Amino acid sequence: MRLRYIPPRMPGTTSQSAGRSLLACEGMSKAEIESILDAAEKYRAMIDRREQSDLLRGKTVVNAFFEHSTRTRTSFEMAAKRLGAMAVNFDPGLSSTAKGETLADTVRTLDAMGVDSMVVRHASGGSAAFVARHVRATVVNAGDGRHEHPTQALLDAMTIRRALGTVEKKRVAIVGDVLHSRVARSNVHTLRALGAEVVLVGPRSMAPTDLKSAISSKIFNDLREGIAGADVIMTLRIQLERHARAQFPGGGEYARLFGITPARLEWAKKDGKVLVMHPGPCNRGVEVSREMLNDERCLMLEQVANGVAVRMAVLARACGAEQ
Amino acid sequence: MSTIVIKGAHVIDPSQGIDGIADIVIERGVVKSVGEPTGAHAGAEVIDAKGLIAAPAFVEVHAHTREPGGEQSETIATGARAGVVGGYGRVCCMPNTRPVCDSAMIVRYMCDRSADAGLARVHPIAAVTKGLSGAELCEYSALRDAGAVAFSDDGVPVADAGVMRRAMQAIGALGMVIMDHCEDMSLTADGVMHEGAVSMRLGLPGIPRSSEASVVARDCMLSAETGCRLHICHVSTVTSVEAIREWKKRGAPVTAEVSPHHLTLTDERVWNERTGEVDTHAKMKPPLCAEEDRLALIEALEDGTIDCIATDHAPHAPALKDNVFDAAPFGILGLESAFSVLHREFVASGKWSMANLIERMTIASARILGEIGGGWGSLAAGCAGDVVLIDPERAWTLTVAGLGSKSENSPWVGERFGARVVGTIVGGRVVHRVH
Repeated sequence: MRLRYIPPRMPGTTSQSAGRSLLACEGMSKAEIESILDAAEKYRAMIDRREQSDLLRGKTVVNAFFEHSTRTRTSFEMAAKRLGAMAVNFDPGLSSTAKGETLADTVRTLDAMGVDSMVVRHASGGSAAFVARHVRATVVNAGDGRHEHPTQALLDAMTIRRALGTVEKKRVAIVGDVLHSRVARSNVHTLRALGAEVVLVGPRSMAPTDLKSAISSKIFNDLREGIAGADVIMTLRIQLERHARAQFPGGGEYARLFGITPARLEWAKKDGKVLVMHPGPCNRGVEVSREMLNDERCLMLEQVANGVAVRMAVLARACGAEQ
Repeated sequence: MSTIVIKGAHVIDPSQGIDGIADIVIERGVVKSVGEPTGAHAGAEVIDAKGLIAAPAFVEVHAHTREPGGEQSETIATGARAGVVGGYGRVCCMPNTRPVCDSAMIVRYMCDRSADAGLARVHPIAAVTKGLSGAELCEYSALRDAGAVAFSDDGVPVADAGVMRRAMQAIGALGMVIMDHCEDMSLTADGVMHEGAVSMRLGLPGIPRSSEASVVARDCMLSAETGCRLHICHVSTVTSVEAIREWKKRGAPVTAEVSPHHLTLTDERVWNERTGEVDTHAKMKPPLCAEEDRLALIEALEDGTIDCIATDHAPHAPALKDNVFDAAPFGILGLESAFSVLHREFVASGKWSMANLIERMTIASARILGEIGGGWGSLAAGCAGDVVLIDPERAWTLTVAGLGSKSENSPWVGERFGARVVGTIVGGRVVHRVH
């Protein structure tokens, strides 16, 4: 079936609802990021009080996750519902894409049902921008391949800001599979826009030196060197599902060389006053030791709570209902 | 189709060192003479070509015409049309069709479709292995007798070095050439663009240089060992250039081609500034590489390490290219724009002479095919009456409507150029004319 052509919104113009898409962190200004984080602080207070709002009453948010996810999708769903929007989960596994329909036609079909904002996760880099070109709804990128995962970076920035008061001039070491990580890319752009110093750490197959020129960060293939002086160690999931084949020797090799333990925090700061983060889901005992996960310096669950708050702020913005 | 006279053109034929005003006489589809004005020819068709350049029509040794099986994107007739729009008289097409061009029957079918179209002559390149399986060798003499001009497993390179060696022994014995798409799929893996700063920034899976260069080195070694002529397709990296240079120096019977896109674009083009999106019209194999690779390719073409220019014309229907970058097919159009793109980049800028460029698109390409290409790419008496007419001062814009192809996947649509192909004559017949 040939679908009616829906003219794309031109870049720079706003949709009917005056909402704003969030496709990437690259290019976002400090002011833009801070306004989202400020809004998220209010929503965090709402979450802590278990309050709901009807800010997005009458708005429709579709979670279009073309790549498997439960955590992020649930977080977006709770964010939408806490603001009173109708949140619909679209499962492509059972649908047209499985029958050979193109991505463009699938998202146009969803769009035609009357959607204010579409939350998109897809395995291909650039897919969020591609979808945005084909639909009238605003688009929130919930992860496009290895490219970006903007809400994760925003919630990470919020977590650092809440814990340390500011992100500015803090040294953040991102440790792990930087090459395949959309979380790392979004964080580099976001944290640097906020004035942090970001260094990347990982084995050569996961943190290749070409990255230096690409996102102009310092790169270390040695953990002790890389985390020296860090205020925050942001660990990344070793993303086995996106690897066609092994990127690194198996067994305990990764944990031995790059695993974060309480003892190793002293490599960063003599007093061990270092925060440890992880975007989840965590391979226990690989990226971070079990001991570390139970340590109060590990902020994983705080990140999850802030995730809902940030997504509330982003969805309000995407539906044109910022307060 | 009796006699045609092209009068008053500036004739450039690098195969004979001709570069001056002359008349070209073609009789019964074959060049009779190039020289001083010869007066009246009773009953001859006369083309007034004053102010134009006349050269042997271009020879394409690497294109995809998709038929049979891919008619959604191109047919032999539309591929031939794209050829004449770009000034090509001969278009050799790769065998990765459905079914694969691995039998005399398919070769004959393609030759017949080419004759039906009556535009650029399309000459099939047959497969090295049956079904491009990389396993079972084809019957090369039967394919040659049916009309195949060379052999290639383009797009699905022969992974097994032992199979490649045996193919070279068999094809070398016939004096024919293998056109080699060099790629180690285990190194390419899920790669969709050149591995470098840009792929890192965009988060797109990269293809390392070693994917191409390691197979270039392997096959050059096999060529030296077996004596089979080997033509390296679409060279894209500085490391491949170094390998070819070394093996040519050692006397291996190796030739190489480079595409207009690898000579003029880099991986930066994957990010389209105008649309603020990654651009599937910059997705091809081998991928656009870094500036250092581009400069190495230019140097290699200038010093003869790379012999000729081939476009790797690869049509894909708009519906296929309008997809996310990972999922869109590899390849772009090339035939219609090759001359103007290269003229703008290298001739208009004063880097190359017009004769240099024409040489690499005519006689240098024909020579790749050995004896089979003996009558192409030249205006020597007795050669095929294939002529391109060029207006060196004609400014024009490439539009979708102006493409000869059935597809639209050209990264140059919308761009301005300063010289244009205004006429193509194939076998003594005018098959394309822009007034």
